[in-house]
Amino acid sequence: MSGHTDMVLVDENGMRIDGRTAEEHRPVLIEAGVLSNADGSAYLEIGKNKVLAAVYGPRECHPRHLQDPNKAIIQCKYNMEAFSVSDRKRPGPDRRSIEISKLISEALEKVVLTELFPRASIDVYIEILQANAGTRCAGLTAASVALADAGIPMRDIVPAIAAGKADGHVLLDLNKEEDNYGQADVPLAIVPSTDDIVLLQMDGNMTREEFDHAIDLAYGACHEVYDLQKAALKKRYSKTSKGADSDE
Amino acid sequence: MSNQIIADIKRDHILNLLAEGKREDGRELDEIRKIEVTTNCIESADGSARVKIGKSEVIAGVKIIPGTPFGDSPDVGVLTTGAELIPMAHASFESGPPGEDAIELARVVDRGIRESGMVDVSKLCIVSGEKVWMVFIDMYALDYDGNLFDTANLAAVCALKTAIIPAEQYDLGENTPLPITCTPISITEVKIGNDLILDPNFDEETISSARMTVTTDDNGNFRAMQKGGKGSITRDDLTLCLDRAVEKGKEIRKIIG
Repeated sequence: MSGHTDMVLVDENGMRIDGRTAEEHRPVLIEAGVLSNADGSAYLEIGKNKVLAAVYGPRECHPRHLQDPNKAIIQCKYNMEAFSVSDRKRPGPDRRSIEISKLISEALEKVVLTELFPRASIDVYIEILQANAGTRCAGLTAASVALADAGIPMRDIVPAIAAGKADGHVLLDLNKEEDNYGQADVPLAIVPSTDDIVLLQMDGNMTREEFDHAIDLAYGACHEVYDLQKAALKKRYSKTSKGADSDE
Repeated sequence: MSNQIIADIKRDHILNLLAEGKREDGRELDEIRKIEVTTNCIESADGSARVKIGKSEVIAGVKIIPGTPFGDSPDVGVLTTGAELIPMAHASFESGPPGEDAIELARVVDRGIRESGMVDVSKLCIVSGEKVWMVFIDMYALDYDGNLFDTANLAAVCALKTAIIPAEQYDLGENTPLPITCTPISITEVKIGNDLILDPNFDEETISSARMTVTTDDNGNFRAMQKGGKGSITRDDLTLCLDRAVEKGKEIRKIIG
């Protein structure tokens, strides 16, 4: 957001460096049930982002002082692999990943029926294998699918995507160059059945008109991602019923 | 900050009042508490401010020291923001390294200051690639009665506005004021039931379902936002937050000058 470049991010025809228009998101691939130990899991790619999410639980809550006698708590850990970015990332939690973990936990709390599992913990692990801008949205999108794959009762699935601004244009789903050299980033996650906002951040510089436009784009794309999440779960389900002997 | 326990009777009281459009302390839903600012209160800091919003209080200090720039920005100064929720401020705060609440607080304040370009970091170069001024903003909650986000933001902003680069101390020329370009102001609201209330106190914050912070610059443009809490907000809520952030931001800029 702070860098400067001579690179043209949006050309005179409104085309972006990866060949997208302003209102297009990167290709999304979602696969549910990709790990054997986790109760639920999902693999997601959006553009060059590669993300794995796994869910354990509901299970006993550790540390125990975090237990809630009325409901389960959701403990998300967002983690970037050391090799996921161009400079090696120092392993372990940093301030950024702690903040993202907190926001994703809160966003998921809205849709999971936590009241069914008092004192329990639902643990969500998000691993960023390769990062190319938009990893928190990719992680949350994958985590929702993994929760559903784990059979956790939910009101809805949460899709997330970012909009932003680069070269003065409001763009959907910024890639790494647009994020680094752009002027704003607005990650959004919603509950599609009600259009309620469960995650929203913004940084950069936007007028009211630009921001409203960005939110409109992100809302539209969230609904598209939602369809892909459901398709991934349906595919997983049909696979399990057909080849009952091959899985488990 | 959100895992506090509050008596049901108090919760019901607040909800009943809100149903009539009223608040415990008699404020309007979009009314901010009294703001008190004391600047230059710490001589050992290069800039400082103690800010109260109602009974919430945060002290912020700025330290400016020469250091090595980042490799990808050899001519640009460095800005670092930290926050601690120390046990003296509230019975629920524990000592030890900053937890996720303190980290979120610091990062939201940081984004407002950084993204608004409040500190002109391009003017903080001493020797390109070797030495730049590094600006450390550290915030400590002293008293917690809700809305630490806006209290901390205001404390950091006021401290930066008074900060002096201590060049003489390091034989690097004359002392000069830290180059400041604008005044980013954050406005935080929480959702209780279907109401959005501005500048929540402790009780209101505790029973709220979601929080929304919006930071604007002098032109009323948006520079940072953060939705927090386990609940959600609607698109209409968001619109109201944006409107109020612009309007109240202007008012607060007048108060702090």
